[in-house]
Amino acid sequence: MLYELTAHALHEKLKAREITAVALVESLYARIDAVEPHVKGYLTLTKDLALEQAHAADTGFQKGEDLPPLAGIPIAIKDVICTKGVRTTCASKILETFVPPYDATVMRKLHEQGVVVLGKTNMDEFAMGSSTENSAYQITHNPWNLDTIPGGSSGGSAAVVAADTAICSLGSDTGGSIRQPAALCGVVGMKPTYGRVSRYGLVAFASSLDQIGPFTKDVTDCALLLNAICGSDAMDATSVDVPVPDFTQSLINDVEGMKIGIPKEYFTPALDTEVADRVHTAIAVLEQLGATVEEISLPYTEYAIATYYIIAPAEASANLARYDGVRYGYRQENPEDLINMYKKTRSKGFGEEVKRRIMLGTFALSAGYQDAYYKKAQKARTLIKSDFDAAFEQVDVIATPTSPTPAFKIGERTADPLQMYLCDVMTTPASHAGLPGISVPCGLVQNGLPVGLQLLGAPFAEEKVLRVAYTFEQNTDHHLQKPQMHVNGATSS
Amino acid sequence: MPTITTEGVRHVANLARLEFNDEETEHFTEQLARILDYIGKLNELDTDDVPPTSHIHPHQVVIMGSQTGASHVAKPDVVKPSYPREEVLANAPEPEEGYFGVPRVVDRSH
Repeated sequence: MLYELTAHALHEKLKAREITAVALVESLYARIDAVEPHVKGYLTLTKDLALEQAHAADTGFQKGEDLPPLAGIPIAIKDVICTKGVRTTCASKILETFVPPYDATVMRKLHEQGVVVLGKTNMDEFAMGSSTENSAYQITHNPWNLDTIPGGSSGGSAAVVAADTAICSLGSDTGGSIRQPAALCGVVGMKPTYGRVSRYGLVAFASSLDQIGPFTKDVTDCALLLNAICGSDAMDATSVDVPVPDFTQSLINDVEGMKIGIPKEYFTPALDTEVADRVHTAIAVLEQLGATVEEISLPYTEYAIATYYIIAPAEASANLARYDGVRYGYRQENPEDLINMYKKTRSKGFGEEVKRRIMLGTFALSAGYQDAYYKKAQKARTLIKSDFDAAFEQVDVIATPTSPTPAFKIGERTADPLQMYLCDVMTTPASHAGLPGISVPCGLVQNGLPVGLQLLGAPFAEEKVLRVAYTFEQNTDHHLQKPQMHVNGATSS
Repeated sequence: MPTITTEGVRHVANLARLEFNDEETEHFTEQLARILDYIGKLNELDTDDVPPTSHIHPHQVVIMGSQTGASHVAKPDVVKPSYPREEVLANAPEPEEGYFGVPRVVDRSH
């Protein structure tokens, strides 16, 4: 079926005019009709727009034009990225009716390639969460086991790629929100270096950490999407003006002589034993292929979560001040006065986790507490970053598990926010240091749920990360495994 | 590290323009205290001589001596068209005569 294929395989078929982009969209929507009611990965579907975009791509292919690799490729977009004329909710009631008057820079770049946008995907409200259960609208189900969560916060974007209801998707990663759901849904997910991709039009959560990145079915597609979205942008002062290489040049099936560091602090007793086993097996594969594997130490790892849950909420409390009912979104009717309107609007419009983080961040920045919390966390961030700086003097790439456990049951961790925060223990350290990181599938545990291998590089060393990921993928078949969805007693693969 | 009381939660809620009933206040106090207790782990670190990181690309030019550390992207100072007023106001809950309408903030009797 067409919906099962990768973007690079589909590009060859489109270019050879074996298939049309319209037929491809029809294939995806037939798949969406069949499994989306069970997965619930989308918040908004844009079939009419998708068909228009597909027609435009077909016109180009029919003329024999040399179209870019993503022309006519159906993609899903996390609902935190502004799409002109298409509702963008951040999975929050406060933005239920918000229709952006502009496109995010990444959308502009994707449209230049001629992509086909299938719809907007579910997420934790304002990207705050690790299970997508904090969506104000719906629970997304992991295609590998519909009783489990897809991870978060980009759970919808991960689930639709795993369910073959999109060829690829975009998500955003603040403390692991691309890498962790990619691992839990058995797909490839990458957070580029902070500053690689413009954040213009990405609704801000924690501005010093947020970064947009792709979910794909393999590493080749990941490189193609990076090529499309990376680059500095005058609209984002934190985007970095460094040359963007052709990332497909990093798709080299060879790790001979590369040094891979294994940080001992990530292999704690809290790590699921089956996850540890799959990751160790993956590392052994890379070693057999000629990589040099050495144990390293990142001593400040254990402080990463505490640091994250000061810095991210502090930045969020400032960023979310704009939702006051004045210029866009929800407004509580009949307020007593202006301040009362702000309070009623925000208290009704935000969900519980968002309020919790606004409270935590406001507290950490409030008079008398700023040095004890916020400044302390910024100093701890320096120490965490210095760990990585030292490690990358020694090794090319660092390999770890992406998540300490496979996907857990829906509802299992919602009662205890702190337990949910600890889901990010393997991903937040690299976020503090702004590093590029990828999660690639590295096997299944006994109950059939996927495990992810996380590969991290020095700032702007995406090419090394991609090379190791590609080599691993080319010598294993984990990325070819598909979930068998048990839907109404029938199996749909 | 200092922790948080119900009185503190009420104060912070006001700063954040949020309001909670008594039950929610108790709930948030208990949860935030637990999270702050975990965060207290940072006190194990001696950070006296450690500079803070607010941005991960410190080699970039710092804007006007601020602590943001973000790069200085200077643009030519020329007027460019922005988004059309009607498109921007299309999302406003109560637009009024081409402006964002809000509850009265000025008392007419003065």
